[in-house]
Amino acid sequence: MAQEQTRPERSGGGDEGPVDEGTRVAAQNAARDEDVDSVLDEIDGVLESNAEEFVKGFVQKGGQ
Amino acid sequence: MSVRRVMGVETEYGISVPGQPQANPMAASGEVVTTYARAHGLRAAHGAWDYSDEHPLVDARGFEVPRSRADLSQLTDIEDPTLANVVLANGARLYVDHAHPEYSSPEVTSPRDAVVWDRAGELVMREVVQRLAATPPGINLYKNNTDGKGSSYGTHENFLVTRRTPFERIIAGLTPFFVARQVMCGAGRVGIGQESEHAGYQISSRSDFFEAPVGLETTFKRPIINTRDEPHADPDTWRRLHVIIGDANQADVANLVKTGSTSLVLALIEADAIDRGLEVLHPVEALKVISHDPTCTATVRMRDGRDLTAVQILTEYLEMATAFVEREGSDPATDEVLAHWERILGLLANDPMDAVADIDWVAKLNLLERYRQRDGMAWGDPRLTAIDIQFSDVRPEKGIFHTLERAGRITRLTNDEEVRAAVSTPPADTRAWLRGGVVERLGQHVVSASWDSLVLRLPRAGRIARVSMLDPLAHGRDETESLLATDDVDDLVTGLGA
Repeated sequence: MAQEQTRPERSGGGDEGPVDEGTRVAAQNAARDEDVDSVLDEIDGVLESNAEEFVKGFVQKGGQ
Repeated sequence: MSVRRVMGVETEYGISVPGQPQANPMAASGEVVTTYARAHGLRAAHGAWDYSDEHPLVDARGFEVPRSRADLSQLTDIEDPTLANVVLANGARLYVDHAHPEYSSPEVTSPRDAVVWDRAGELVMREVVQRLAATPPGINLYKNNTDGKGSSYGTHENFLVTRRTPFERIIAGLTPFFVARQVMCGAGRVGIGQESEHAGYQISSRSDFFEAPVGLETTFKRPIINTRDEPHADPDTWRRLHVIIGDANQADVANLVKTGSTSLVLALIEADAIDRGLEVLHPVEALKVISHDPTCTATVRMRDGRDLTAVQILTEYLEMATAFVEREGSDPATDEVLAHWERILGLLANDPMDAVADIDWVAKLNLLERYRQRDGMAWGDPRLTAIDIQFSDVRPEKGIFHTLERAGRITRLTNDEEVRAAVSTPPADTRAWLRGGVVERLGQHVVSASWDSLVLRLPRAGRIARVSMLDPLAHGRDETESLLATDDVDDLVTGLGA
């Protein structure tokens, strides 16, 4: 089951050097994107197979 | 100033019978409620709701709508025997609201507890889905707020606010905040417009459904500020602010910041400490402008001529709250909310995608963008809409949010153990303790119950007693634990002095 998680460190930790902020953020974003690809496979496995029919069938009556 | 106050979250769940889009949602919702009730020995008679203190047509602006002029959907105080309704052992209410099963959390006193007991509702719904799966096709439930085809259903927050606070001040103080706060706590949505007329992604699933600044209605002409005045508490002391604008959150941080920042803004309003001109010129339109811009750079025009982004508006509120707390003192619950609120605004101001671990709409958008890149999907692709719906599936193996959370990609503030405990345990510091305890231990004697009453059949005295619980902070564990331990309803009622 899910354990308690805090936000993952992305900056590599302890790099106090004069890293350009833009470079740092770009690197973070790239790492984040790569990171998410690893869960896409898992998600692919659980997605409804016929998306169009699934979406069409999700009909709700209004609520509050 | 503290973030602590009596509050709660009500969540209507999306419901679907796989392969049967035309299935009757009232019947299906009834099945959800009765299935859970049966499994936990909560017989129908235990669940009867006491409607005597409900006043759905009393307007906070000082008048009451005549019943003859009310929409049928507003008459929520009439008992409909076909609609299932139970009080759970944790003091929550599980019932059929219109065409959806709704879990109304018990009253809690902190945003953190609101998150825990709201999540407990997810486990209740998950258990029902698992039980119903034994007889195919089963029933699936979704913690979302729209089907993308024109229907929306609500997640409502409730906050007790001092009665002496003029309602006009609440309207003025809260409207800009509600217009802006969606960037912190929107659940995200594929589709623009009530019926997803335009392809695209937006921050909030509810914003396109709001059509008025202020009003009593909740199912049509939805207002940013809802005026339903039904405190379920001593009306001379309290009003209950019924917040109908807001998405169902699955992310702990978003849910904490939503309830917490709102409670702090209410504290500012109560203290008459909103000292900046923050009136949004066209709030209903501004709501949509902000929701439709996931870059969080869109500005809205203020009354004083400034053009501000949602983050800038929220920063003004945060600064007022921080200054107030520095002046008046704080507590750990308040510090926790302020820290996350400030952190979230910092992330959103830099690059909203930095909040991918904290905010539902960002986590969902990040995932959808990866799918779009990988498979070259346009926003109109039904696969993206399917992912959007499945993001909120309550089943751990199907719900995409749960997959992300299990993978450690979402910040947890709660843990599984405390959430599981909250399914069967009421909060100790409110009357929910007595309500839940009586249902759990003396359920066969309960004639009906409500937020502020218990109607009990006393076998020895040979009478019916109504226990009034108008003070939400009374009848907690300290006051009632020893009385409940007797397991004797006559003694309990005598001990309560009812």
